[in-house]
Amino acid sequence: MNSKEITTQISEAADSLNLKKWDYGASFSNDYSVQVDKGEAKQLKASQKQILTIRVWNESNLVGITTTSDISESGIKKALNQANIASDFGNKNERTEFSPLAKDPIEVKDSKKRNPVGIKKLLTLLREAEVKLLESHESIKSVPYNGLSESFYERVYANSDGAFRSYTKSQAALYLYARAEEKNKKPRSSGSIKLGYGVEDIDIESCIKDASNKTISHLNYSSIKTHKYLICFSPESFLTIINAFSSMFNARSILDGVSLSNKNSIGEKLSTEALNIYDDGLHEKNISSSPFDGEGTPTKRLCLINKGRLENFIHSESTARIFKTMPTGHAGLGSKVSVSPDWIVVEKSEENSDLKTSLDHSTYEGEFVYIEELNAIHAGVRASQGSFSLPFDGWLYKNGKKISIESATVAGDIKYLLKNIVNIESNQEVTTSGISPHIWVDELSITGDA
Amino acid sequence: MLSSQIKSNEIIFGSCNKDLLEEIIFYGMGLGADFVEIFIENTDNSSVLAEEDFITSVSPSFGRGAGIRIFKDKKDGFVSTNDLTKNGLMKSVSQAIEMLDITDNKKREVFNGLDQHRDYSLSKKKWINEVPSIHEISEKLLVSTKSLKKNNKIITRKGSYSRNLQEVIIASSDGTYVTDIRLHQTVGLNVIASDAQYRSSGSRRFGSSGMPHEFRLWDHEKAANDVFESSMNMLYADYVDAGQMPVVLANKFGGVIFHEACGHLLETTQIERGTTPFENKLNEKIAHESVTAIDEGISEGSFGSLSVDDEGMEPEKSVLIKDGILKKFISDRAGELRTGHKRTGSGRRQNYSFAAASRMRNTFIAKGEHSKEDLINSISDGLYCKSMGGGSVGATGQFNFAVEEGYLIKNGKLTNPVKGATLIGEAKEVMPKISMCGNDLELAPGFCGSISGSVNVTVGQPHIKVDSITVGGR
Repeated sequence: MNSKEITTQISEAADSLNLKKWDYGASFSNDYSVQVDKGEAKQLKASQKQILTIRVWNESNLVGITTTSDISESGIKKALNQANIASDFGNKNERTEFSPLAKDPIEVKDSKKRNPVGIKKLLTLLREAEVKLLESHESIKSVPYNGLSESFYERVYANSDGAFRSYTKSQAALYLYARAEEKNKKPRSSGSIKLGYGVEDIDIESCIKDASNKTISHLNYSSIKTHKYLICFSPESFLTIINAFSSMFNARSILDGVSLSNKNSIGEKLSTEALNIYDDGLHEKNISSSPFDGEGTPTKRLCLINKGRLENFIHSESTARIFKTMPTGHAGLGSKVSVSPDWIVVEKSEENSDLKTSLDHSTYEGEFVYIEELNAIHAGVRASQGSFSLPFDGWLYKNGKKISIESATVAGDIKYLLKNIVNIESNQEVTTSGISPHIWVDELSITGDA
Repeated sequence: MLSSQIKSNEIIFGSCNKDLLEEIIFYGMGLGADFVEIFIENTDNSSVLAEEDFITSVSPSFGRGAGIRIFKDKKDGFVSTNDLTKNGLMKSVSQAIEMLDITDNKKREVFNGLDQHRDYSLSKKKWINEVPSIHEISEKLLVSTKSLKKNNKIITRKGSYSRNLQEVIIASSDGTYVTDIRLHQTVGLNVIASDAQYRSSGSRRFGSSGMPHEFRLWDHEKAANDVFESSMNMLYADYVDAGQMPVVLANKFGGVIFHEACGHLLETTQIERGTTPFENKLNEKIAHESVTAIDEGISEGSFGSLSVDDEGMEPEKSVLIKDGILKKFISDRAGELRTGHKRTGSGRRQNYSFAAASRMRNTFIAKGEHSKEDLINSISDGLYCKSMGGGSVGATGQFNFAVEEGYLIKNGKLTNPVKGATLIGEAKEVMPKISMCGNDLELAPGFCGSISGSVNVTVGQPHIKVDSITVGGR
């Protein structure tokens, strides 16, 4: 069945069950992936998946939901029935409706959908990449984590009010994580990931080079003394921390009492005036962009922080109604509709005269800690309290030299961090989760075991 | 060549599917596979969320799917599908064969048909009717969240329940033919407390396997008191000072550190990748002699227990470390094939869309002879980690864990609560520093995410003392 046929099937089944109001979101995908181990194929994987989430409104306008992988006629009927039963438990205190924007035009971009190259080609390419990475430096002994994959999927949203949206996409990913060993030293690891619309769009050579350079750069390591340091966040690590505390911008989190912000926080000064942050799911560099969210609301660019002040929250239909505004295209379909950012873009605002522009990660000769990548986000972030304590990969720069830091954590408070940004470099870099320049922050605590 | 007459063109749960399964396996073997495994599941899940004094989410879900794995020499091809018809399953076998580039269909391995059906589901078919209804769950969750409202500093209260019922059929070319039903229930409570600029949170999770009435028996009052006290104790806590110090880790969920930092390194998937420092350490001392560690899947009702693993093998009790000496690795079929370590009934997967891998079940450090007080009294300046948050382990074995509820130890006594602590180290270096084990072993449920998805496990330990570890703070 195609998505139009499924919509018809759901409509007919709903009629037969006397269910007047419904909507659904669906995803149909075919995924292929390979892993190698020293030139040999290790695991080759293919999957065909379908997920259907149906919501039903009962006569009291309460919502019930069911998710299933069974899209047969009987499966769809069962799902509608279960959703109808679940609607008896619908949330009376926070009604859910169709998005008022579910039929608005969506921005149609060239989907750049590619054709599958097939498992054999994936395997050949990954084998070659593994060999090149192993040959790139004598210390690199293995590539324990690696993978090349391609996915082809369709996403659909439709409702009983006549809204129907769908799009198809393809995406490929290459992941190389190398392990280097030298005599009388601890093994060191690092890696790189590259995304593309298809395998042919992935810059494999650059992935190999990045993985090799990063791994080798950590071979010469040392412990760091526990102290407060001047910090330079890489674009990737700064985006990681912004995403980890995105509940600050999230209307759902505010209503749930787990955000540092509240309903009246719009306009509050959060950081230096030099900082702008946007959510821009449709950005041309966002390989995973979706033209609409789980409720069918069109995706759009939204300013979250403007010149250091909180400008907008991200919303679903129900949070927007409560906040007396419009949905922003950030909803995830569920019994309790979730809200999350798409693609964060960080940039320097026009109000940047207070920045210490001498702080440039490629030229600055004073002492600072460069945080390349933050780890264990799920464990080390207390989003509702604003605090974090996270292990990281990075270097200590001192007297013009850099040395990899062995096993350390950076700890602090997100509000302190944002207010103590001392420089935002000019060049933005594209990462897998957004775009950001290097960001400098004064005085964060680093714990090491020196 | 068929072993018997074909009766159905689709997998039907609750019926005998032997003929169809044999036909599919014969088909794969006939195309040159060394080994064919079919894993089919039918799931019926539901979850309920209570926030403050209201039910805000009820989410049922159901689904069916198959995962087909073909081995040729030491490599394997895995295909998953929602299509359980004969044609759909045959197509998946063909796809796996093609992926592995098997062109030589000379039979080297022989399939003699499926063995006698081992049906572990017989006594479990009534479970679906015995688990609590959504009404019953909702009522108890609302009573639980009400119990959390003990003062006006509690600003957020949540109770959540989820139930997963999974019916599985496992058949493979070594003759394995198994059916089983698995039931997992879990319930959790969370609070956020706030007073002026101070904030704290508290959470606890409880879980069981194969016990349909367990939620009814859950002592929600005790759980609510525990979560409330934890959040109040931590509300005005200062940040801990970073440094090297001795620590005492509490029992139950304190075992998450052993699970993450050491347990994963004893899975054969880590040997396959060359990422465990313990690969060549069998029968060598890797931990303090006070440490004996076990992984098993047989404790009745424990969250990580199984009647049979996802490859059709009954789980065994594996003594991983005995008095500090490494005795065994946790192994699955691929692990045995690629590393030579015998299977331990630990082949596990989140669902049909993952190939099974060697995974922990109920993993714990065995009890010792000391009381909790002995351990604390032995420290003049250190940290007591009463409740652990999550953590992670890097590719080279470094671990990092958040301490959710911690207290300073001064001159052998517990003193001020402290927040923001993280424990940092490497298993190889920390295991020899576990110098004292308490006599109060207890287990706690959790979810473990790894190569074959998220699986239910328990972690556990008695109170243990680590002589020195890096504590991250401010």
